[in-house]
Amino acid sequence: MNEKPEKLIDKKGFRLDGRKADELRPVKLEVGVLPNADGSAYIEHGKNKILAGVFGPKEMHPKHLSLPDRMVIRCRYHMAPFSVQERKSPAPSRREVELSKVIRESLEPSVFLELYPRTGIDVFIEVLQADGGTRCASITAASLAIADAGIPMRDLVVACAAGKIDDTVVLDLYDAEDKLGAADVPVAIMPNLNAVTLLQMDGILAPEEFENAVNMAIEGCKKIYALQKEALKNKYTITKEEAEEE
Amino acid sequence: MSSLVTRVRLKQIEQMIEKGKRLDGRGLNDYREIKVEQGLIERAEGSARVLLGKTDVLVGIKVETGTPFPDTPNEGVQTVNAELVPLASPSFEPGPPDENSIELARIVDRGIRESKAIDTGKLCIEPGKKVFVVFVDVYVLNHDGNLIDASAIAAVSALMNTKMPNYEIENGELKIKTGYTSLPMKSHPVTVTVGKIGSNLIVDPWLEEEQVMDARMSMAINDDGNICAIQKGGSGYFIPQQVIEISKLVQEKAAAIRKKLGW
Repeated sequence: MNEKPEKLIDKKGFRLDGRKADELRPVKLEVGVLPNADGSAYIEHGKNKILAGVFGPKEMHPKHLSLPDRMVIRCRYHMAPFSVQERKSPAPSRREVELSKVIRESLEPSVFLELYPRTGIDVFIEVLQADGGTRCASITAASLAIADAGIPMRDLVVACAAGKIDDTVVLDLYDAEDKLGAADVPVAIMPNLNAVTLLQMDGILAPEEFENAVNMAIEGCKKIYALQKEALKNKYTITKEEAEEE
Repeated sequence: MSSLVTRVRLKQIEQMIEKGKRLDGRGLNDYREIKVEQGLIERAEGSARVLLGKTDVLVGIKVETGTPFPDTPNEGVQTVNAELVPLASPSFEPGPPDENSIELARIVDRGIRESKAIDTGKLCIEPGKKVFVVFVDVYVLNHDGNLIDASAIAAVSALMNTKMPNYEIENGELKIKTGYTSLPMKSHPVTVTVGKIGSNLIVDPWLEEEQVMDARMSMAINDDGNICAIQKGGSGYFIPQQVIEISKLVQEKAAAIRKKLGW
C-alpha cells in the first residue's frame, strides 16, 4: 500500500479525475424504474450504477419476524459478480451483511414504522457497477425507492462521503482515492431534520480533520438532496405529460 | 430487541437519565470498571479476557502461516471473527454468524487495521508466497452490554500478549527455533461507545440501556489521540453537533482508559 503511483492531488488542487476538493461526481437519479416493485429508483453516482427496489408493506413471512407495534424493514445490499474488477462471488460476503445492516439502520429513522404494525417491507439494493462510495449511493437510491412506494416518511435520507487524500479533506471519494487515500467518512442525513443516520469511518483523522470531513459530507448530501427531490417530482410530471398526450 | 425490557422499565431509565443518573448508579459519562487478564489460554499464541462490569469477553490469538493477499505481497494477514456464544445470553442462537456478530467482528477488525496496530510489514516470511496470518477470535462469554468496547479492548490486550515462535528460513522452508518474540505492534487503539437515549448521551451503555437506546456511536482512538474508525449503529439518529460532542467525549474517555490499562 505504501507505493502510491503518483500524487492524488496535483499542484493546482485538482484530483486524478479532474475534480476540485469539494466537488461531487455527477449524480443522475431516476424514480420508478422497476415495473414489478412497489417503489424503485436507479442512481448513477460517478461510475456507480445501482438499482433499488422496495416491496411492501406486506405481511411478514416468516411470521414470527413481525412486530406488534411497528413495521419491520428488511434490507439486502448486494453486489453483482461483474460489478468490480475481480469477479465477486454472488454469495453474500461479510462486508455485504454489515452494509445491509447499516443501510437499514440509516433508513429506519426516516419511515413512520408505527403506522404499519405487523407488516414488513423489503428493500433490495443491487450494485451493478461499483466505483467507491456504493453504500452512500445505495442509501440515496433506496430512500427514493421507499418514497416511490408511497410509504409515509419524515424526510428523504441522502448520503455522501468525505475523506482525506494527500493531507487534504475532500468530498466524495471514488475507488482509487478510497484505496490509496488516508481516510473515508460516509455520512447519511435527513436534511430537514438535521439528523445524522449513518456515520462510519476508516483511516486516520485528527479531531479537527474529522469535523471538517463531516461538515463537507453534509454539504455534499444537501446538493444530492436537491437532485433527489427533483427526481421524485419528475416521475409525476412525466406521468402528467403522458396523460395530456392521450 | 427491546422486547426484553418492559415499557415501565424504559420510562424509568429515561427519567433517571433526564436527571443525570443511571439505573446501575453511574453518572452519564462514567465507564464501568474494566478488568483485564492476559495469557489464560496456554494453547493460543495470545489471549486475554476482559470483564467490563458483567460483560465478559475472551479473545484468543492463533498465528499460522498462509499466503498474502495479491495486492499486499509483503504483508502479513489479519483476520477477526466474533462468536456470540449461546451460553452468553438467551438472545444468542447457535448457528452461522448473524449480522450482529459480523458487525462486531468488522468493528473490532477496523479499529486494529486502521490504526495499524499489528505491524503486518514484519510478518512477511517470503514475499508473495508465505506470510504469518494472525487470527483474532472474539468469544463473548457473557453479554451485559457494550460488547464492542469489551471485545476491542480484549483483542488488543490479546495481541499484546501474543508470542510468535522464532524461526529461520532454510532452503525456502520455515524452521521453528526455540524461544519466542512478541507480536510486532505499532499502535494500541481504544474503542469507546456512546449511546443516545432521548436527547442524552451515555458512555458505555449496559444491557438494559442498550435495549432501549435509539442509537450508538463507537469510535476507535489510536496512540496519538486521532480517530481511526467509527461505526454508528441502531435505528435512531444523531444531530451533527452530537457527533462532534461524542468525538470529544470519546477522546477523553479513551485517554483515561489508556492510562488505566497502562497502554
